[in-house]
Amino acid sequence: MDKIFSTLVSCIRAEEPVAIATVIERSDVTQGQNPSPAELGATMLVSHIRGVQGSLGHEKLDAVVARDVGAALSSGRSVARHYGSAGESRLDDVTVFIDVFAPPPRMIIFGAVDFTAALVKVAKVLGYYVTVCDAREVFATKRRFPDADDVVVAWPHVYLETVADRLGALDAVCVLTHDHKFDIPAIAAALSTNVGYLGAMGSRKTHAERVERLIDAGVEPSRLNEIMAPIGLAIGARTPEETAVAICAEIIARRANADVRSLRDETGPIHLVAS
Amino acid sequence: MKDLIEDIERWRAGGQRVALARVVAVVGSGPRDPGAAMAINEASEVVGSVSGGCVEGAVVTEALGVIESGEPRLCTFGYSDDEAFAVGLTCGGTVRIFIEPLN
Repeated sequence: MDKIFSTLVSCIRAEEPVAIATVIERSDVTQGQNPSPAELGATMLVSHIRGVQGSLGHEKLDAVVARDVGAALSSGRSVARHYGSAGESRLDDVTVFIDVFAPPPRMIIFGAVDFTAALVKVAKVLGYYVTVCDAREVFATKRRFPDADDVVVAWPHVYLETVADRLGALDAVCVLTHDHKFDIPAIAAALSTNVGYLGAMGSRKTHAERVERLIDAGVEPSRLNEIMAPIGLAIGARTPEETAVAICAEIIARRANADVRSLRDETGPIHLVAS
Repeated sequence: MKDLIEDIERWRAGGQRVALARVVAVVGSGPRDPGAAMAINEASEVVGSVSGGCVEGAVVTEALGVIESGEPRLCTFGYSDDEAFAVGLTCGGTVRIFIEPLN
C-alpha cells in the first residue's frame, strides 16, 4: 500500500477512476496443498489510464483481480472477493478487498432559475460535480450560482451532446426550465444517454403537454416513464430548498430501488396545502 | 478515503507513523459501506470514520498496535456471544475492518 499510495493520491486528485486491491486474509500456509504466496497487505493499483502497479504475489491472481476491478469500477462499489492462490474463482485461499475510487458523479441542471441555486447547494453536499446550463446568458452567470462547478451558456441539447458519452448510472440530469422550447430537445437528448436519473420540473398539466410534444419530436412512448415528472419525492416540499431536498431524495431512492412515493406516481396537486 | 488524503500527507511529511483502517465487509445492518476509512497517527490523532461512532475507539487501539508492530491485521466487530467481540455495533450488524501501516 505504501508504495502505491502516492499514485493513488495522484489519480484521485486528477479525478481519474482508480481502484486498489489489497490482500486482507489468506489461508494458513501450513494448511492445504496450495498455500497462497500472497502476503497480507500486498496491494495492487489498477488504473485504465496509468496501468497496473504492484502485485498480490501471483501473476494469475493479479490478472483475475485486474479483470474484477473493471466490474467494481463500473458499479462504483468497493467489495471483498475470494480467490484461490492462482486466482481460481471457486476457492477461498485469499480474500482481496477491491477499493474503488470513482470520480464524483455529475449533476447537470438545465435552467438557471431560483430552484437551481438551491438544488446546486444540496447536490454539492451530496458530492456531485454540478453544471448549470441555460441558453439565456443574463441568467446563466457564475455570480448567481457561486456553488456550481461549471456555469455554461448554451442550448441544453447542444451542451448535452458534448458530455453524453461521459454520463452513466450514477449521474443525474434535472430539467428545471419548464419552457417547452428548451425542455423538449433537452429531454429528448438526455433520453439518448445512459444517465441514471432524468427529472423534469413542472405541473402535471405542463408535463402532459410536454409528453405530447416529446412524442411529436420522435421520442418512443415506451421511454416516457423514464422521466421523473413532476420532479421529486412527494414530501410536501414548497420552497426552492425543500424542493431541492425532494429532488435529491428521489435520486437516492431511485438508485437504491427504495419503495417511496414520487410525485410522478401520484395524482392531485404537487404543492400540498398545510392544514 | 478521499477526505483523509490531506491529513495523511501532512502527518507523513511531519515524520509521523500512520495506520489506515478501512471497512472491507459489512454483514447485516451496518452504518458505513465497504470503503469507509479512518486514519490514525502515532499520537492517536484520528480523521475519518468507519462506523457511527460505535467501534472507532477500539479501532484506534488496534491501529496503534499496527503502527507499533508494522503488521497489518483484519479485525471483526459486531454482535456475538463470543466475548472476543466485546465491542459491538448498536445496530446489531458485523463489520470487518482491515488496518495497515502507511509508513
